[in-house]
Amino acid sequence: MDLTVAWAFIIAFAVFAYVVMDGFDLGIGILFPTVTVGHGRNRAMNSIAPVWDGNETWLVLGGGGLLAAFPLAYAVVLPATYPLIIAMLLGLVFRGVAFEFRWRDERHRGFWDLAFFAGSLVAAMSQGMVLGALIQGIEVSDRAYAGSWWDWLTPYTLLTGLGTVAGYALLGSTWMIWKLSGEVQEHAYRLATRAAVATLVLMALVSVYNLAMLDAYRARWLEMPNILFASQVPLLTLIIAVALFQSLRKRRELAPFLLSLALFLLGMAGLGITIWPNVVPPGITIWDAAAPERSQAFMLVGVAIAMPLILAYTAWAYWVFRGKVGTDGYH
Amino acid sequence: MPDLDALLLARIQFAFTVSFHFIFPSFSIGLASYLMVLEGLWLKTGRQRYLDLFRFWLKIFAVAFVMGVVSGIVMSYEFGTNWAVFSDRAGPVIGPLMAYEVLTAFFLEAGFLGVMLFGMNRVGKGLHFAATCMVALGTFISAFWILSVNSWMQTPAGYEIAANGQFLPGPSWLAIIFNPSFPFRLLHTVTAAYLTTAFVVGGVGAWHLLRNRTDRHARTMFSMAMWMAAIVAPVQIVLGDIHGLNTLEHQPAKVMAMEGHFQSHPDGAPLILFGIPDSEAGTVRFAVEIPKASSLILKHDPDAPLAGLDTVPQQDRPPVGIVFWSFRIMVGIGLAMLGMGLWSLLARMRGRLYDSPLLHRAALVMSPAGFVAVIAGWITTEVGRQPWTVYGLMRTAESASPLAAPAVASSLAAFVVVYFAVFGAGVWYILRLMAGGVQSGESGPDAGVAGPIRTAGITPAAQATSSGSPRSEQEVAP
Ligand code: HDD
Ligand code: HEM
Ligand code: HEM
Repeated sequence: MDLTVAWAFIIAFAVFAYVVMDGFDLGIGILFPTVTVGHGRNRAMNSIAPVWDGNETWLVLGGGGLLAAFPLAYAVVLPATYPLIIAMLLGLVFRGVAFEFRWRDERHRGFWDLAFFAGSLVAAMSQGMVLGALIQGIEVSDRAYAGSWWDWLTPYTLLTGLGTVAGYALLGSTWMIWKLSGEVQEHAYRLATRAAVATLVLMALVSVYNLAMLDAYRARWLEMPNILFASQVPLLTLIIAVALFQSLRKRRELAPFLLSLALFLLGMAGLGITIWPNVVPPGITIWDAAAPERSQAFMLVGVAIAMPLILAYTAWAYWVFRGKVGTDGYH
Repeated sequence: MPDLDALLLARIQFAFTVSFHFIFPSFSIGLASYLMVLEGLWLKTGRQRYLDLFRFWLKIFAVAFVMGVVSGIVMSYEFGTNWAVFSDRAGPVIGPLMAYEVLTAFFLEAGFLGVMLFGMNRVGKGLHFAATCMVALGTFISAFWILSVNSWMQTPAGYEIAANGQFLPGPSWLAIIFNPSFPFRLLHTVTAAYLTTAFVVGGVGAWHLLRNRTDRHARTMFSMAMWMAAIVAPVQIVLGDIHGLNTLEHQPAKVMAMEGHFQSHPDGAPLILFGIPDSEAGTVRFAVEIPKASSLILKHDPDAPLAGLDTVPQQDRPPVGIVFWSFRIMVGIGLAMLGMGLWSLLARMRGRLYDSPLLHRAALVMSPAGFVAVIAGWITTEVGRQPWTVYGLMRTAESASPLAAPAVASSLAAFVVVYFAVFGAGVWYILRLMAGGVQSGESGPDAGVAGPIRTAGITPAAQATSSGSPRSEQEVAP
C-alpha cells in the first residue's frame, strides 16, 4: 500500500477518534442547560474532567497531521472555512476554560456553565459545517483557495452542522447514561432517545442531499458494482439504529454508548465512500495534496512507535477513572 | 497575493495570539518541573509541608495549563488560517516536526494530566509521581519540537526546494531538527521558563512573608525561588550571550537591529545603551554609548570591525525600533534578575533571608518580570527575522493566506476581546489562589474532605484556597 493511502487512513482515524471522544464531551456541553443545577451538572462535568484534554488532543493531531501529510489540503481548507474555524477555536476556548473556572468562582458558576454550553454548541456546529463545506466542494486555483469568505454558508452546511450537533448530543447523553446514575441518568435516557431520532433524521437528509448534489457522488453510491458494497452502509445503519432504540428502552447502560459509536463509524465510512479519493473535493486528490515520501515515511515511524503507547496510556487513564461518578466516586 | 491590510492584520493577529499563548507555557513548563520536585521531596522526606506546597501549586497549575491548551489549539490552526501559502510550501518540512510534537508531547501531557490532577487517591503515590513526571517531561518535549520548528524558520537547514516552490526534506532529518539556532534557542527558552516560574514562586513567597515572616510554607517557597534566581539567572545571561553570537553568525541583520548599528564600524563598534533609533535618518538619536564595547561583546576584540545595516539592502532590513527596545527590556530584566539573585545570597549569608522586607518587596515587584522578558525576547526574535518567514528564502508578504481584510479584522477583534476577558478572568483566579496562601493540610484539586460546598463562602480566604475542587463534589453527593 502506498504511504499516501496509509496517511489518508491515519488522518481518518485521528478525525474519527476526535469526533467520538471529544464528541461526547461537547455533547455533554450541548445538553448542559437541561441538566439540573448542582449535583447533576457537577457530576456530568466530573465524568469528563479527567479525560477531556486528551480527547481534544486528537483534534490537534488531525490538524497537525493534515499539515504534515497533506499540506496543500490544510492550506486550502482553512482559508476556505476561515470564519468557521475561528468560531470553533473561540468556542473551544470557552468550553475548555469552563472546566477549571467554574470551580474557581462560585459566584459566576452560572456564567461559566453558560460558556461551557455555548462554546460546545458553537464548536460542534462549526465542525459540522466545515465538514459540509468540504463535501460540497471548494474552489481552488493555483494551489490556493479561490472563493470568497462566505462560500461555505449554504443550506447543506447548515444541515451537516445540525447533524453534528445532534450526533454529539447523542454521544453525550449515552455517555451520561453509562457514567452517571439516579436522576441524571434518567434524564439522560430521555435525552438520548430524542437525540437519536434527530441524528438519524439529519443523517438521512444529508445522505439524500449528497446524492442530489454531485454526479460524481451519485455515481459512487448508485452505480454497479459500487452499489453492492455501498448499500451495506445504510443497511447497517438501520440495524444499528433499531438496536440503539431497543437498548434505550431496555435501560441498558453501556450498549447505547457503544451503538452510538457504531453509528458514527458508519457515518464516517459513508463519508469516505462519498469523497474518496479526494481530500478536497472536487479537484484535489490525496496524491495531489500529499507531502513527499520522506516526510510521510518519517512521520510514519513516529506514529508506529508512539501510537501504541498513546493508546495504552490513554486507556489506562480511562481505566483509572472507571465506574460511576458520584456513587462510588473518584477517591 | 493578499492585499496589504489583510497581511498586516494577519501578522498582528498571529503575534497577539502567539504572545498570549506563550505566557502560559512559559509558566507551566517551569511549574510542572517545580511540582515534580515538590512531590519528589515529599515522597523522599515525608514532610507535610512539601505536600501542602504541591497541592497549592497544583491547583494553580491546572488553571494555567488549561489556558495554555486552549490558546495552543488556536495556534496550531492559525498556521493554516493566516499563513496558508507558507503552510503549503513549508508543510513537508515543519509539518512532521509539529506532528511529532503532538505524538510525543501533547498526548503525554494530556494523558497523564487527569491522573495528576484528580488521581492521587486512585493510583497511589508512586504512580501518581510517575504521572507528574510524565506531564513535566511532556512540557519539555513540547518545547523541544516547537522550538525546532521556529528555529528552522530562523536558520533553515537540511532542505531542498522543489519545482513547485515547496520546501522538501533533504536526506537527513537530523539536519532539519538540529538546525543551527535550535540548541541555543531551546536552552535559552527553557531556562527562561524556569526563571519565570521561579520569580512567580518567589513573589508569592515574598507576599506571604511580608504579612507573616514565620509562615513556613512561604519560607520554603521563597528560599527555593531565590536559589533558582541566584544560580539560573547568571546561566541565562551566559546562554543569551552565546545565543546572540550564534545569531550574529546566521542572522547578522537581526543583531544590527538589536544593537542599533545603522552604520558599519570598521574599527570597533560602540555599545549603544540607550537612544532613539530613527530608521528614516539611519541613526540613533540621543545615544548613550560605550565605545568599542559592542565589538568586545560580539567579537571578543575591541577593535574588530562590525558591519551595520548600511550593508543590508533596504528591502531586507528588519524594523529597528521595536527590536532595539524589546532587546533592551529583556536584557535589563535579565540583569535585574541577576541582581535579585546576588542580593538574596547576601541576605542568606547574613541569615536575614526571611526578615528583610525590602528584599521581599523587591521580589514581589519582580514576580511578573519573567513574562515581560519572555515576550520581549520573542518580539526581538520574530520581528528581527522580518521581512522573512523562512529566513532569506521566503518573505512574510508571500506567506499569507488569500483572505479578505474584513474577515481578518473581525477575527482579530474577536480574539482580542475574548482573550482579554477569558484569560483575564483566569489570571484573576490564579492571583486569588495565590493570595489565599498555603494551608496546613492543603486540599488538592482531587479531594479535600472539606469540599467546595461546605467551605465556600465562609471566609474569602477559605474560598480562595479550598473551594472548587471538581472531585470533592462527590464527598457531599448523596
Ligand atoms: C526570562 C526570560 C529571559 C531573560 C531573562 C533573557 N532572555 Fe533572551 N530570550 C528569551 C528569554 C529571556 C526567550 C523568550 O526565550 C527568547 C525568545 C526566542 C528565543 O530563542 O529565546 C530570547 C531571545 C534572545 C535573543 C534572540 C536570539 C535570536 O532571535 O536569534 C538574544 C540575543 C537573547 N535572548 C539574549 C539574552 C541576553 C544577553 C540576556 C541577559 C541579559 C537575556 N537574553 C535574558
Ligand atoms: C516557537 C514557535 C513559533 C513559531 C513557529 C512562530 C512562527 C511565526 C510566524 C509564522 C509568524 C508570522 C510571519 C511573520 O510575521 O514573520 C510569526 C510572527 C510573530 N511571532 Fe512567532 N512563532 C513562534 C513563537 C512565538 C512566540 C512564543 C512569540 C511571542 C511570545 C512570537 C511572537 C511573534 C511576533 C511578535 C510576530 C510578529 C512579527 C511581525 O510580523 O513583525 N512567536 N511567528
Ligand atoms: C506557533 C507556535 C505554537 C503552536 C502551533 C503551539 C501549539 C500548541 C497546542 C495545540 C497546544 C495544546 C496541546 C494540548 O491539547 O494539550 C499547546 C500547548 C502547549 N505549548 Fe504551544 N504552541 C506554540 C508555541 C509554543 C512554544 C514556543 C512553546 C514552548 C517553548 C510551547 C509549549 C507548549 C506547552 C508546554 C503546552 C502545554 C500547555 C501549557 O503548558 O500551558 N508552545 N501548544
